[in-house]
Amino acid sequence: MLRFILHRTLLMVPTLLGVAVLVFFMLRLMPGDPVATMLLGDAGGANISKEIIEAERARLGLDQPLYVQFFKWFWGALQGDFGFSMWTGQPVSYEIAIRLELSLQVAVMATMLAVLLALPLGTLSAIFKDTWIDQVIRMFSIAGLAVPSFWLGMIIILLLLSVFSWIPPLTFTSFVEDPWENLSQLIWPALAVGYRYSAVSTRMMRSSILEVLQEDYIRTARAKGVRERLVVARHAMRNALLPVVTVIGLEFAFLIGGLVVTEQVFNLNGIGKLFVQAVARSDFTMIQALVLLVSVFFVLINFVIDMLYAFLDPRIRYH
Amino acid sequence: MDQLTALGGAQAPAASHSPWLLEVEDLHVHFVTTRGVVRAVEGISYKVKPGETVALVGESGCGKSVSSLAIMRLLAKPAGRVVAGRILFQGRNLLELSEDEMREIRGRDIAMIFQEPMTSLNPVLTIGFQIMEPLLIHLGMTEEQARARAMDLLKMVGMPDPERRLDQYPHQFSGGMRQRVMIAIALSCNPRLIIADEPTTALDVTIQAQILKLMKDLSRDLGIALVMITHNLGIVARYADRVNVMYAARLAEQGAAAAVFAKPLHPYTAGLLRSVPRLDQPRGARLETIEGLPPNLLDPQPGCRFAPRCPAQRDACVAAPPPLAEVEPHRYSACVRAKEMARVGPTGLGLQSANPQPPVPKRLDKARPLMKVDDLKTYFEVGAGFQVFKNTRSEVRAVDGISFEVFRGETVGLVGESGCGKTTVGRTLLRLEEATGGEMVFEGANVTRAGGQQLKDYRRKIQVIFQDPYSSLNPRMTVGEIIAEPMRVYRLVPDAKAARDRVAELLTQVGLFEYMAERYPHELSGGQRQRVGIARALAMEPSFIVCDEPVSALDVSIQAQIINLLEALQEKYRLTFLFIAHDLAVVRHISNRVIVMYLGRVMEIADRDTLYAEPLHPYTRALLDAVPIPDPALEAKREYRVLGGEVPSPLNPPRGCVFHTRCPLAGDECKMAIPGLREVRPRHFAACIKI
Repeated sequence: MLRFILHRTLLMVPTLLGVAVLVFFMLRLMPGDPVATMLLGDAGGANISKEIIEAERARLGLDQPLYVQFFKWFWGALQGDFGFSMWTGQPVSYEIAIRLELSLQVAVMATMLAVLLALPLGTLSAIFKDTWIDQVIRMFSIAGLAVPSFWLGMIIILLLLSVFSWIPPLTFTSFVEDPWENLSQLIWPALAVGYRYSAVSTRMMRSSILEVLQEDYIRTARAKGVRERLVVARHAMRNALLPVVTVIGLEFAFLIGGLVVTEQVFNLNGIGKLFVQAVARSDFTMIQALVLLVSVFFVLINFVIDMLYAFLDPRIRYH
Repeated sequence: MDQLTALGGAQAPAASHSPWLLEVEDLHVHFVTTRGVVRAVEGISYKVKPGETVALVGESGCGKSVSSLAIMRLLAKPAGRVVAGRILFQGRNLLELSEDEMREIRGRDIAMIFQEPMTSLNPVLTIGFQIMEPLLIHLGMTEEQARARAMDLLKMVGMPDPERRLDQYPHQFSGGMRQRVMIAIALSCNPRLIIADEPTTALDVTIQAQILKLMKDLSRDLGIALVMITHNLGIVARYADRVNVMYAARLAEQGAAAAVFAKPLHPYTAGLLRSVPRLDQPRGARLETIEGLPPNLLDPQPGCRFAPRCPAQRDACVAAPPPLAEVEPHRYSACVRAKEMARVGPTGLGLQSANPQPPVPKRLDKARPLMKVDDLKTYFEVGAGFQVFKNTRSEVRAVDGISFEVFRGETVGLVGESGCGKTTVGRTLLRLEEATGGEMVFEGANVTRAGGQQLKDYRRKIQVIFQDPYSSLNPRMTVGEIIAEPMRVYRLVPDAKAARDRVAELLTQVGLFEYMAERYPHELSGGQRQRVGIARALAMEPSFIVCDEPVSALDVSIQAQIINLLEALQEKYRLTFLFIAHDLAVVRHISNRVIVMYLGRVMEIADRDTLYAEPLHPYTRALLDAVPIPDPALEAKREYRVLGGEVPSPLNPPRGCVFHTRCPLAGDECKMAIPGLREVRPRHFAACIKI
């Protein structure tokens, strides 16, 4: 088991290295010069001379050969220094840090909601296949797939406003500072996102349980005289969780930085919003750091999924 | 555990007087499907005494498994349901019990063993827990008591090192060992009855013999009744006291095993017994088969289900279904001519020819081998790919230095248990795998590394028929397209019209109809699909065909039809076959010479009759011993030795002679040197230093 963990950990290194190289060089292929965008955009392009642009490029290090730029950036990134935003001039790590807490919290809360809803609902739906229970749960989950999160978000805000004449606070307060204030702001986006998320997972759980219930070992368990409740809880659920874990994990990684529109609706200053701004402003250093951040999350989540797999399935553990 | 205390008042007295443990009376099971109601079981009745072994025999789809699941009330819900009948177990009608009462019987009084040991155990729970579970549920044991009992049970079923094995997971066990675990689970609560549904079908012959012997010994020692569901008549003959023959959802015949085999009283039983090739009888010209196909249970014809395939059919057969009636004392048959059959025998009814034709000698061209294989080696690397840690890659020597010759017009049988490398030999000959060493010479040309046009020419002359007719045909292509595809690739036909004509011709040759060219594979039965596979191979006009387990997925009566077809085609087109199979009786029937393989090496090569009459190698002898012969009288007299142990992992084969770990003759010297294949007698080669 230890060897398995070590193996998986070491495998993350080349993956992340590959991501770093790809991100850096692909950005350089993008049309649009960041300096030109920044200076011409602001001043309408009238009195900016070529010399000023060149000077600015030299200041940002953009006049150096690409590989030099890469190694400088990469060396810094390894030490946690992603340079300065080409737009705001603030350190990239600072810009990300002030937003990451919020995005991470929404993602975690949405995931918790999804898991808490999906596992029992999916299982119930499978056990009572084709009965009214199944129909209701399926309606619930199909609606979740069909309704966009931002639309649900708007409905939530409108309801809060018209029923309670109250809207969630607009500024972010850390959970540690004031949990109540924090939750009263973030619970709503988590709900809006978590609903769709739980719908996907419920459907996955349902089909997974249905598949497992057809397996020969379920028949063996029944032939042993195991109670139907235990047949499901003990023999079916653990086997059925494997594909569900994958879906939940990947969805979680997506939520970091993927909530562009929902953040807009709830006026949250999160990673998603930062992403869009950075791309619009050709803020190379910012984009690089963000893509790398999301990639790290994906790789880490996959690592966690692998660990969960190994925990759930001994065939993987002992391989 | 006194069962009677648990019984409801009214039924209890009856229970104590009945000599029967299980009485199935007029059982009807229906499955509701989107295409209509399938009558899977129609009026089955049989009884089981405490401690005896009763077999349910029949081909796939005849309802034998469904009827046993009905006893356990484990039919797939909501599609399957018992619509009529009674199932009395110790006098209680199981069909009237509540779900909770039924659950107490399952696993405690009636246990079940299933066909697929690979999938019947839960992969994420330890073996120990899976054995302990019924003990915890039914006997109220504590964890420690249950664990101790689980260890005893593992010892009882012959599991080495039971203490350590308890904490392992199913994937760490071989198929045979998993089936032992299933038996341990079944035995855990000392049941009165064990239902075993094809318990050894997925296992190799030597392992099959071990498992069946274990089950039989345990059931005798512990007084447990056994209901054995199987399609293998040999198993019935070796192990069953009484037998029920099923055909198309109904019982055809019932009686003591010895009597049924000696004197079948239903044409279907007679047909089944005739269509299996047997190790104990001389080979006839061709296998006698049951022509035609079993009926579709969605819409069966009235009258006797077997009538359309029965050579002794009368008008009365079609009118109404004949009831199961007592023909002789304790002998029941559902045939209107059973009494007549009892008097004159199957021959008298015209069910079989009185004088079997002797086999026609094959025309062989012994001057020059068509295919000469010399020291062929095929190794596979496993664990390759990106590895952070070294030393994880290793080598499987699937085929490790084998040599043989095949002459034109001949059939060479290649037998061995799973993992012996027989399929790899076939795939290497077909150039689907690259040989690691050695050479293959075909029609005088070395084809081991042939490429380009030479390889293309070679591939046209050597064709293959695969094992599984269900997965080896592309489901999105019609039969006509499947057969015509290679002809188009090789431009054997000038245009589409010529291709169609050729497809029609080939279909007729393999016993199908021209109109079937428009059909898709799923519209055909297993036997028909295998015929399509044969037609596809013939389309290339090959001289050499590798037949890789071509009949092992088919029912007995269909198997015989395909074997006869292959032989007829061989005679007509002077084909040469390499016939790869694990069924020794089938290989004996079809082959001129036989090669026995074990763990990548050849153990013995000899002419068919020599090999089966006087096997030299201890492995060949053990294989032949392990095969039960469908004749209880003969089986009772037979002294067979059950080979112990398991086939070692090909990743780590034993040093010296690969067979020494299981060999009854092996001594220390066998661990030292790898025995070469030597000509012990003229044209009879064996690789053993002890003979």
